[in-house]
Amino acid sequence: MALTTYVEAIRQGIWEEMEKDERVFVLGEDVGIYGGAFKVTAGMLERFGEWRIIDTPISESAIVGAAIGAALMGMRPIAEMQFADFISCAFDQITNFAAKSRYRWGAGVPIVVRAPSGGGVHGGPFHSQNPEMYYVHTPGLKVVCPSTAYDAKGLIKAAIRDPDPVIYFEHKFLYRRIKEELPADDFVVPIGKAAIRRHGTDISVITYGAMVYTALDAARQLEKEGIDLEVLDLRSLLPFDREAVLDTVKKTNKVILLHEDTRIGGFAGELASVISEEAFEYLDGPIRRITAPDTPVPYSPPLEEFFLPKVSDVIRVARELYAY
Amino acid sequence: MNVNDVKPHAVPGGTIQLTAPPPEKTLHGMLYYMKLTRELEFRIERKLYRQGKIVGGVYVGRGQEAIAVGACIDMRHEDVVCPSHRDMGAFLIRGMSLRTIFAQYMARKTGATRGKDGNMHMGDLNLNLVPFVSMLADNIPVAAGIGLSFKIRGQDRVALCFFGDGATSRGDFHEGVNMAAVLKVPVVFICNNNQYAYSTPLERQMAVANVADRAEAYGIPGEIVDGNDVLAVWDAAARAVERARGGHGPTLIECKTFRMTGHSAHDDAGYVPRELFELWEERDPIKRFERYLTERGVIAPGGIEEIDKRINREIDEAIQIAEKDPFPDPDDTLKDVYYEG
Repeated sequence: MALTTYVEAIRQGIWEEMEKDERVFVLGEDVGIYGGAFKVTAGMLERFGEWRIIDTPISESAIVGAAIGAALMGMRPIAEMQFADFISCAFDQITNFAAKSRYRWGAGVPIVVRAPSGGGVHGGPFHSQNPEMYYVHTPGLKVVCPSTAYDAKGLIKAAIRDPDPVIYFEHKFLYRRIKEELPADDFVVPIGKAAIRRHGTDISVITYGAMVYTALDAARQLEKEGIDLEVLDLRSLLPFDREAVLDTVKKTNKVILLHEDTRIGGFAGELASVISEEAFEYLDGPIRRITAPDTPVPYSPPLEEFFLPKVSDVIRVARELYAY
Repeated sequence: MNVNDVKPHAVPGGTIQLTAPPPEKTLHGMLYYMKLTRELEFRIERKLYRQGKIVGGVYVGRGQEAIAVGACIDMRHEDVVCPSHRDMGAFLIRGMSLRTIFAQYMARKTGATRGKDGNMHMGDLNLNLVPFVSMLADNIPVAAGIGLSFKIRGQDRVALCFFGDGATSRGDFHEGVNMAAVLKVPVVFICNNNQYAYSTPLERQMAVANVADRAEAYGIPGEIVDGNDVLAVWDAAARAVERARGGHGPTLIECKTFRMTGHSAHDDAGYVPRELFELWEERDPIKRFERYLTERGVIAPGGIEEIDKRINREIDEAIQIAEKDPFPDPDDTLKDVYYEG
């Protein structure tokens, strides 16, 4: 059976949901004739027609606003942000209209906002950001960050079927680098459930997105020196799998929080609070964070390499924590 | 054209030349809803607010009643209305009850938002009434999406979207109207140009003379109407709705009017020249329409007093019920953030 890339998995997920449910449609910039900047919607215009794969003006706020309006009328829109960086232009519609609608007047807004995010592709300050925390801090939204092809497909399907607004961060670095064999049957990955990517006993690395692979690479190297990492992939940030986080901490008693997002206000801060509030007595060492520094994402390769958390960072911190 | 040059029944373009006058039933409905709007908002702003019974701010549309009423009176149930904060008539015509509205303003559990949100932020999908948010103009892209859903599904429905002159300065006005125009969706955009956004006069809002002038930039028709003439609004809206139903896309209607109050109940509008209030008082949309109906014998002598009595009775009853309605339970704070099955 053929291997399916992460980007193809997203495409398959959308395609299958559109075949099954005629309420589902896509709107965004260059999604139709061009098939999307990353080809996630390639071939869909021919299959589904111009009123289900809708090319729009460069208007992120109106793309999301229109998705909201259509969702209120019973549709299941998927709004594509060409890059996650541009989602800031739609911030108001997402955080004020979509997120608060059910709370205010009982009207759910079942939209999916797709946001290709992340660095490692030399995109510079405006094509590399990880803006997930603005949305994690907004009650009423759901936020997911798949790291595998299986999850990319399972989570886009779950997001489309979800009755509430879901921000779907898809990591550009993983698009064509990650591939696996996918089951032929219809499957979803439930929003809010983490997955253990590597079982270990010494230290838990809790992470998500492309950093899952950084953690796994570090674990393979540390294995040689007898340090056994457990790697927990959160998959969803809002809601996040509190039980899985506490379980792994209680198991290994030492924890590293790893993300590509910058440090202050990053998800690690929330995780550290929850762990210290609910599993303090299980900890045998300080909670350690590995994150990008608090700067914009730089462009030039030596700068970007410095910016992104690396395998060597995880190895260094794990050794320190192991020795603690 | 200067907005202060607007004379009753003398708008350039001759919008008062009705394509066909509405039937008498509609004329009666227009008067009832305009007067109901006026009295309802009078009670909220001048009575209940001053008695300390209203929770939070109050924004009324006194002097602007003809716009929502003229535009909404003939909308079909399946059409969708997205009002702004000076369009109480839209809520009433869509069927929101007076009790629900009073309970909303008094922050009761029986209000349109069950105490979650205040004042004009009311909506109900069963009434095809979508509430606005305080970020004015946000409802313009949303209305474009509502129209888009009709177009995708081939439904014979239209969305009517209201906003003020101030909202047209926001980017969402541009993005929303432009997208609606490009996708040719069935939406009618109605601007209540009341010449002030809080304390900011029109000339600080835009350097063009008319909001409707902006329509040309989007490739859609723009029309100026006398917003204090309910028949002129009705006529322009009817033509725009017909155009939208026919698949010809959106229209921008600018209703010239005047805000006869401050921005909100706590604002005395000291920044508005008094003579402007006097000028626009003469153009009061309700008095004008009463004269029109009386002169033509549509309303019999004593008929207006009958309507006033009915309205007062309905409002008194609704206030009595709403005042006894319970406040929400504190526990409700945590409910309905997400779908709960």
